[in-house]
Amino acid sequence: MLLPNSSHSYHRRRVLLAGVSSAVFGLLSGDAHARTIKGALPWSPGAAVPPANAQTGPWRFFAPEEARAVEALVDRLIPPDEKVPGGKDAGCAVFIDRQLAGPFGHASGRYMQPPFPAGTPQQGDQSPFTPAQLYRHSLVALDRLSREKFAGKGFAEIAASDQDTLIAGMESGTVQLGTADGKAFFEMLLQNTKEGFFADPVYGGNRDMAGWKMIGFPGARYDYRDWIDRHNQRYPLPPVGIMGRPAWNSASN
Amino acid sequence: MARKLPATDVVVIGLGWTGAILSHELLQEGLRVVAIERGPWRDTASSFPPGYAPDELRYAIRNGLLVQPAQTAMTFRNKPGQTALPIRAWSSFLPGNGVGGAGVHWNGQTWRFLPTDFVARTHLTKRYGAAFLPSDMTIQDWGVTYDELEPHFDRFEYLCGTSGTAGNLQGKIQEGGNPFEGPRSRPYPTPAQRQPYAATMFAEAAKELGYHPFPQPSGNLSQAYTNPLGVTLGACTYCGFCERFGCGNYSKASPQTTLLPVLVRDPNFEARTQCEVTRINVDRSGTRATGVTYVDTSGNEWEQPAAMVLLCAFQLFNVQLLLLSGIGKPYDVNTGEGVIGRNFSYQTTSTVEGFYDNRIFNPFIASGANGMIIDNYNGDNFDHGPYGFVGGGYIGMIQTNGRPIETTPVPPGTRRWGAAWKKAVADNYLSSIAFFCSGSEYSYRDNYLDLDPTYKDHLGRPLMRMTFDFHPNEVKMSAYLTDRAAEIMQKTNPRQMVKHPRTAPYSVVPYQTTHTCGGAIMGTDPKTSALNRYLQSWDVSNLFVMGSSAFPQNAGYNPTDTVAAIAYWSAKAIREQYLKHPGPLVQA
Amino acid sequence: MICHRIGSSLAAAALFVVLAVGAAAQTATPDPQDFSQIAHGRYVAVLGDCAACHTKPGGPPFAGGLAIETPFGNVVAANITPDRDTGIGRWSDEQFIRAVTQGRAPGGVRLYPAMPYPAYAKMTTRDLIALRAYLNTLTPVHNRVHSNQLPFPFDIRLGMVFWNALFYTPGTFKPDPHKSADWNRGAYLVEGPGHCGTCHTAKNFLGADEPSRYLRGFSVQGWFAPNITGSDHVGIGAWSVQDIVSYLKTGVNAHSIASGPMADEIEDSSSHMTTSDLRAIAVFLKDQPGGETPSGQAMATDDPVMRAGEAIYTDECSACHTAAGTGVTRLFPRLSGSALVQSAEPTSLIHVVLEGSRAVATDPAPTAPAMPPFGWKLSNRQVANVLTYIRNAWGNQASPVTAGDVSAARRSLASNAP
Repeated sequence: MLLPNSSHSYHRRRVLLAGVSSAVFGLLSGDAHARTIKGALPWSPGAAVPPANAQTGPWRFFAPEEARAVEALVDRLIPPDEKVPGGKDAGCAVFIDRQLAGPFGHASGRYMQPPFPAGTPQQGDQSPFTPAQLYRHSLVALDRLSREKFAGKGFAEIAASDQDTLIAGMESGTVQLGTADGKAFFEMLLQNTKEGFFADPVYGGNRDMAGWKMIGFPGARYDYRDWIDRHNQRYPLPPVGIMGRPAWNSASN
Repeated sequence: MARKLPATDVVVIGLGWTGAILSHELLQEGLRVVAIERGPWRDTASSFPPGYAPDELRYAIRNGLLVQPAQTAMTFRNKPGQTALPIRAWSSFLPGNGVGGAGVHWNGQTWRFLPTDFVARTHLTKRYGAAFLPSDMTIQDWGVTYDELEPHFDRFEYLCGTSGTAGNLQGKIQEGGNPFEGPRSRPYPTPAQRQPYAATMFAEAAKELGYHPFPQPSGNLSQAYTNPLGVTLGACTYCGFCERFGCGNYSKASPQTTLLPVLVRDPNFEARTQCEVTRINVDRSGTRATGVTYVDTSGNEWEQPAAMVLLCAFQLFNVQLLLLSGIGKPYDVNTGEGVIGRNFSYQTTSTVEGFYDNRIFNPFIASGANGMIIDNYNGDNFDHGPYGFVGGGYIGMIQTNGRPIETTPVPPGTRRWGAAWKKAVADNYLSSIAFFCSGSEYSYRDNYLDLDPTYKDHLGRPLMRMTFDFHPNEVKMSAYLTDRAAEIMQKTNPRQMVKHPRTAPYSVVPYQTTHTCGGAIMGTDPKTSALNRYLQSWDVSNLFVMGSSAFPQNAGYNPTDTVAAIAYWSAKAIREQYLKHPGPLVQA
Repeated sequence: MICHRIGSSLAAAALFVVLAVGAAAQTATPDPQDFSQIAHGRYVAVLGDCAACHTKPGGPPFAGGLAIETPFGNVVAANITPDRDTGIGRWSDEQFIRAVTQGRAPGGVRLYPAMPYPAYAKMTTRDLIALRAYLNTLTPVHNRVHSNQLPFPFDIRLGMVFWNALFYTPGTFKPDPHKSADWNRGAYLVEGPGHCGTCHTAKNFLGADEPSRYLRGFSVQGWFAPNITGSDHVGIGAWSVQDIVSYLKTGVNAHSIASGPMADEIEDSSSHMTTSDLRAIAVFLKDQPGGETPSGQAMATDDPVMRAGEAIYTDECSACHTAAGTGVTRLFPRLSGSALVQSAEPTSLIHVVLEGSRAVATDPAPTAPAMPPFGWKLSNRQVANVLTYIRNAWGNQASPVTAGDVSAARRSLASNAP
C-alpha cells in the first residue's frame, strides 16, 4: 500500500471554506497512560499558564486583626518615607496574604515527611510547620506578647519604636514567642516582605511598581539589545509588569 | 503488577541534554527510541513565553521549573557519623525537571575542561609529587583525553551555536581568547556576546594586572544561527531572566531549541512524559538490562522492555536509580570499596562584592553566560608549589541578572530591615557588582552518595543520602582565588569591597551552583569506577550512563560542554562498536 | 526524481494537453502494472491535497470521516478508498472523473462544493486517470460515511442544480497561448488541483468565488487567507519567485513563516511538489492583478493609539520581532513591509495575537517556532492598539484595528473552539 505522503505529522486537517482547526497533538493510541509525544511538536491554541492575578478584595488568609498586625510589621520592615511607599502601601501584606492562601502557604512541593529532628544549620530548615501554620501560630504569640508587654495593646497599636524592639528581638532570638520560633518567623516574614515589595505586581504587592521604581529595575522586560553597549547610562523606560503598564492604554481609551 | 509493553530498541531515561543527544544519535542508526521523562513536556511558547517568563517570584524564588522535593528529595550531612536530614526545599543546588531538563533553565555557560583536567592524578603527581596531594583525596584520571574529546566538544558547540572567541586554534594562541584553553579545531560558530559595563571594567583592570581576559563562551547566542540539523536559534536580548528560567525567544541553547524539533519528526522516536522510571531491570545474571519499570501519574506501573538502556536522568538521579536498581557495587565509606556513590564532588564558588559611587551598571541588562573572564588561576595553569593546594578556577565579572528579590546588595553592617536598609538598597542597586570565582572540587574518600536509612520518597523507596563537605584543599584554593579577584576589583576603585571566600562547613542553605558531579564515575579500573571510558557500565554491558555523574572529580568550570562531549564520545562508540558487537567494549 | 521529470515534461506539454484529451481517453486507463502512472497519480493527490479532507487525522488514508465546516453546516468527506461497499471501489473511471470535475456522484447525487469540484473541473483527464490509478492501490477500508450533515434546506442536494447553473463552469483548463509554459503550468496548478482560490478568493453569500476578487484574500472563520496576487502593497509582489518557492517548499523565506492553515497545506502538499511546479505557481501568482492600492496615510506616530501600541510593542513584541519590525529569518516573521500585516482584513493578525500560532515544520526548516498567545494578557483595546501600531509603523500603512474587531474575534474563536 502506498502511503499518501511522506509526512510524519499527525495534524488535524484544516477545514475548507470555513473554520480551521489548528489543534495538533501527536497521540499514540493504546499506550501507557502517558502524555506521549510523537510526530510533531504539540500545539494547542491559546495554551498558556500565566500567573493568577491576585485580585484586590478581601483578605483570603488573614483574619482582620492578623492583617492589621502584618500590615504594621511590613511597615516597620520597609517603612514609608516621603519618596517611596512603605511595605503596607506597597501591598506587601496583601502579597503575603495571597501567598499564604496558596501553594506556598501549604508548603506545596516541599518534602514534608517525618521525622523532624532539629539538625545543624548546614542542613537547612527542618520545621514540620507550613508557612501558613508558622504565620498563624506566630501572629497569635506575637499578639499575646505585645499585650503582655504593652498594657494590653496589640502589635498594630503600639508605637513604632516598640514595634521595632519586638522585631529586633525576634531577629536576634532574644524575644520568645511562646512555643513559636520567633527567629524562624522573622526570617520568613522578612523574606516574604521583600518578595512582596519586589515581585511582579500581579501577585498583589509592589503596587504601582513602587519597589521597582525605587531601585530603577525596569520589570518584566525582555529586550535590551539597544542598551547593552550603553555603558554607565541610565535606562530610560519606566518599569512594566506582566500585566502591563499605564502607557499601554491610550489617552482616549 | 507492572503491565508489559511491546519491546523497543532503546529506552532513554530522562529527556534532558544527554537524553536528547543520545536519542538523536541512535535514531540515525535506525533504532527505535523511547524516551521516558519524569516531568512534563516543555515548549517555549506555552511553557515560558516572554509574556510571563520574566517572573522572578515564580521561577527564581518558588522554583517553578524544578523538580519538587515532594516528588524526589535527598538527605544531607557533612560527615559520616552525622545523621543525615532531608533537604526539604532546594537551595544550594536546583535540580531540573521536565523535557529539556536543566538544559531549559541553565545559564548557557559553555566551557571545555582543560587537557590536564582529564589526567588530573597523573599530571599533578608528576608535577608536584604524590605527597603534595592530601592522602584522602581520591582524584583519578578519566580514561579519556582532551584530544579524544575535542571533536565532540566541537560538535556540541556547533549544535548550540555557542558564542565565543577562540583562544587556541590548532595550537596557535589567538588574541582576545583564552590562552589557556585546550586547542580547538575551529572557531566558535558565532562571535562572542556583547558585554556590559561591569565586565569591560573587569577586563581593563585584569589586563592592567597582566592577565588575559576573554569573553565567556555563551549558550545565549550573539546572533541568529541555524545549526547542522536545520534548527534555528535567535539572538539573545540580554533580558536578565536566564538561570532558573526558560528562554522565551529561542536564543538560549537547549534541547528545545537545538534537537527536539528534529527528534519528534522521526517516526522511530517517542517521548513519554510525566512517567517516573522506578527501576532499571536486569536479568538473573545481573549483567544484562532487560528494560525499565516506570509509573505514570495514575500510579499504574509499566514495564518497557528494551535491548539497550541509556541512563540520562542528571547526575543525582542517575546515581539514585543505580542504587535503587541494585546495579553496581554501592560505595562503602568504611572500607573504601564499591563504586556507586563514590567520588561525589561539587563546585567551589566564591564572590567579591563591590560598592561604587557614580557608576550605573544596569545589572538587569544581562545574559546567563556573558561576562569577561580570566583563566590564569584555573586547573594547573599556575605553579601551585608555594601555595599548598591543588585545583583552581576561573575568575570573572559575569552579569547574569539584576532581579530585585535576589539582588539587594547593601554595605556590611547595614541592618537587614528598616529605613536604613531601604535607603541602602535604593542607593546601591545600580552601582554594585560582584566578581565571581568558579573553583574546582576534587574528590575525597568521605564525600559520597548512598541510600538513606530513614527517609523515603513518595513511592516508599529510600531517599539518596549525600555526605559532603569542603576540604581544606578547596578552602585554601577558594581563599586564594578570592584574593586574586579582590586584587582585580581593587584596581577599579570601588568605594568598598567585601570578600566572600567559600569556607567549610558546606551548607545546603545558600544557593551556590547545581554542578554536582560523580557517583557513577568513568575510569579504567572497575574497582574504582562504575563505567568504562565509553560510559558503559562495567557490570551491565547494555547500560550506558551519561552526565556529570561520570566525572571522577570536578574541574574549575561549568560541566555542560564536557557532559555533552563525553555523551557524543560515548554515542560514537555505541554506533561504531557496540551496535556491531554488543557486549563490553573494554576488557576489565 | 520521477515526479520532477514528469513535472517538467508536463510543463512543456501543457499546450498539448487539451488537444490530446479526446485521444487520451482511449489510452489513459488506470493500469495497475503501470508504475509511472501510479507514481504520477500519487503526485496528483499531493497537488490536490486530497488527504487534507479525505484522511481523518490518525485514521486510515483516504477513508473519509472528517467533518468539513462550511458556513452552511457540516459536510463529511467521503471514503475514497477502493472499498466496494463504503468506498468508490465500484465506480467506473468515468464516474470518478465526473464526481471530481462536475460534482456529480453515481446515482445522480450532487456533491457540495466543499469538495472543490469547480476547481478540479480544470484538471486534465491524464491527471485524473493517474489519480484513479493511485487510489486503486490503496488499502480498501470499510467505513460508511454519511456525508450530508447540512441542516435544512441545504441538505437538499438538488439545490446544487441551481448553484451549479449560476456558478459552475465546466471544462478542462485551457492554456493561454500568449503566456509562457511556466505561467500556464502555474495557472493549471493554481486554478485546478491546487484550488488555491477556495481559500484565497472572496466568496459571495452562496459560497461561490467572486471572480473580480480572484486570489485577493478571504476571511474564513478566524483566519485571513491573504492576497496572493502580484500586488506590491497587499499581495506578494515584493516576493521574488524564489521567495515564493522557498515559502511553499520549506515554510520559510526572508519575509514570512507559514503557520495556521497554510502550515498544514505546506506540510501535506506543497512541500512535496517539485521545484519547477512551485516556480510555475510563483510565476502565475506574481502575474495576477492585485487590486486595492493604499489610500490615505499611515496613522500619525503621536496619535494616542500609536503611542499606546508602541509601548505594548516595545514591551511585548520587540524581543522576537525586533524594535524595527524586521524579525529573524526562519524564526520570527518580518512585520515591516509585510503585506499580510497590511491586509485590508486583520483577521489573521488578531487570531495569532489572541491565540498564538505554530509555524510549519519541514525537513529543511524543522524548527516550528510558535507565537505565544496574548489573549490572556491584553485587553481588546490593547490588542487593537498594538496591531494598529504594527500596521502603521516603519513605513507600513493600513486601516486601524478596533477593540470591536478584537472582541468579535474573541467570541468567534471561542465558539469555534474544538
